[in-house]
Amino acid sequence: MNNLLVLPLLIPLCTAVILLFFNKQIAWQRWISTISVLLNLTVSSVILFQVKIEGIQTLYMGGWLPPYGIVFVADMLAALMVLATSVVGACCLFFAFGTIGKEREKYYFYPFFQFLLVGVIGSFLTGDLFNLFVCFEVMLISSYALIVLGGTKRQLRETLKYILINILSSTLFVAAVAYLYGVVGTLNMADLSVRIGEVGQDGILNVIAIMFLVVFSLKAGLFLFFWLPGSYSVPPAAISSLFAALLTKVGLYALIRMFTLIFYNDPAVTHSWIAWMAAATMIFGAFGAMAYSDIWRILNYNVIISVGFIAVGLAVGTEDALNGAVFYLLHDMAAKALLFILGGTLVITAGTSRLTEMGGLIRRYPLMGWMFFIAALAIAGIPPLSGFTGKLLIIKDGFQEGYFWLMAVSLASSFIVLYSLIKLFMAAFWGEEGQMVSALPKLNNGFILTAGGMSLLLIVMGLGSEWVYEFVSEAGNTLSSPATYIDAVLRSR
Amino acid sequence: MKFTDVYLQTATKILVFIIMTFSIYILFAGHHNPGGGFIGGLITASALVLLYIAFDLQSVRDIIPVDFKQLAAAGVIVAVLTGTASFIFDVPFLTQTFTYVELPILGKTELATAVIFDLGVYMTVVGTTMTIITSISEDEK
Repeated sequence: MNNLLVLPLLIPLCTAVILLFFNKQIAWQRWISTISVLLNLTVSSVILFQVKIEGIQTLYMGGWLPPYGIVFVADMLAALMVLATSVVGACCLFFAFGTIGKEREKYYFYPFFQFLLVGVIGSFLTGDLFNLFVCFEVMLISSYALIVLGGTKRQLRETLKYILINILSSTLFVAAVAYLYGVVGTLNMADLSVRIGEVGQDGILNVIAIMFLVVFSLKAGLFLFFWLPGSYSVPPAAISSLFAALLTKVGLYALIRMFTLIFYNDPAVTHSWIAWMAAATMIFGAFGAMAYSDIWRILNYNVIISVGFIAVGLAVGTEDALNGAVFYLLHDMAAKALLFILGGTLVITAGTSRLTEMGGLIRRYPLMGWMFFIAALAIAGIPPLSGFTGKLLIIKDGFQEGYFWLMAVSLASSFIVLYSLIKLFMAAFWGEEGQMVSALPKLNNGFILTAGGMSLLLIVMGLGSEWVYEFVSEAGNTLSSPATYIDAVLRSR
Repeated sequence: MKFTDVYLQTATKILVFIIMTFSIYILFAGHHNPGGGFIGGLITASALVLLYIAFDLQSVRDIIPVDFKQLAAAGVIVAVLTGTASFIFDVPFLTQTFTYVELPILGKTELATAVIFDLGVYMTVVGTTMTIITSISEDEK
């Protein structure tokens, strides 16, 4: 029993509810949110080190032992994801202070923000399939509210699409959970894994596995990403950076969890599906990233490419490839948050999101320019920065396992990522000053602090990858040997 | 001819008490019989909606001066606090307990902390339902 595990979920939940009582006092809202995210950062670091020292931590809700009660499990992967969520949440919050605007702040922006964190962190920590569904819904309903908050025409249109597709996928999720419960009669993930190992994964269980693949792919934007470029370009930058950094990653986390812990017995079927979908995601994402000259579109297609790339790590499935996937996942959360924060600031300063109308910003904003450059190189995977280690691990094992075509696509997609981001960089920062640059706003301190901090984090993660790898390899260890997880959860039985 | 609501209003005055009583009964019956916070909250909300239909928004607001948004938030707080009490007693989160006490009129009664959780659910359901209904009906533009 370790009650600390519920705190990363409880802190934002209590904060959100407290903030509901006085939505007009913006100063209070900001202070309380700040304290809450800092507290969460501390708690999640404590949990991370606890997991590192004492092994997998579990909390049986209400004292009911699994498989009867809900269990919260923090293995290394979950602890790392929770910590990354807290970091990204703090950065997006600080960035939101300067950019979100009074009107949105008055209409419950901060409570929705905290509820989103509740859903995301709950999804990472839970060890129960139906509880995962509930946490997904907490996250999705807050994201509906955040995406529509402000009520402009474009937001309303895209929210409608976003809600429709997510309701569909949630329904499919419930149906898949019902089928799975019908077949094996349990919903606890560790117990599911044991029972599926006993009855053998074939026929009906493979069908259910593919259903889960479809559900989580819809959430993560793996191949079924048609809703993503539109929905992520309508909300303000602070919100879309939160979405880009967290929402698709929760889907990816669920995919990794499902296909390493529960449906790992028949990789010839499931993992080859994942491989094909990952390749298609990278190819189509690359087309999108090359085709557009609108900042939001380019960044959104970059999110899609990275989702495909992490899924490659899952498809290869060896221990090193899983390590690589976890490493790249962590890097990508930070990098995508930074990229969207920078992109949002770029759009605000240039007054347009079209690349053809901007230019020459490096003279006025050298700091922003070079931070963007660092982020672009990190995402492409240039060696001293954080994106390199993950890509290296995945591609090395991919070649060893004989996935040559998949690795060719992955490497090509890295070039496209680099091309699209450098195209953005050159068009926005180099050349003659664009016509839109007339009344230049000053960059505020909050922006410099958060974006600078994130850039520094990317550099530190790159240079200190040995140190980060200690944690990541433990996560990969648990993923590649599910017995560790199962023993930790069911040991008291 | 001006339409008068005298039948509706008179019936409402009696019915609201019956519905309210029933909803409270349902709320507390939840532990051993069908019922609980969710359905109890919905029934209370239906009584309030009946008041809104029979009278107008403003006069109902005068007799029930509650901000339903805050009621919902308070409900979540109550529900969460029953869970966090486990931190004090050093038991797993959301652990519940119960005891039997001798009450003056009711006799031997079972008191369970799950009821407090249910009360939180009840408040949240009433608050949310009424917020939805009143904000839709107040939307004039």
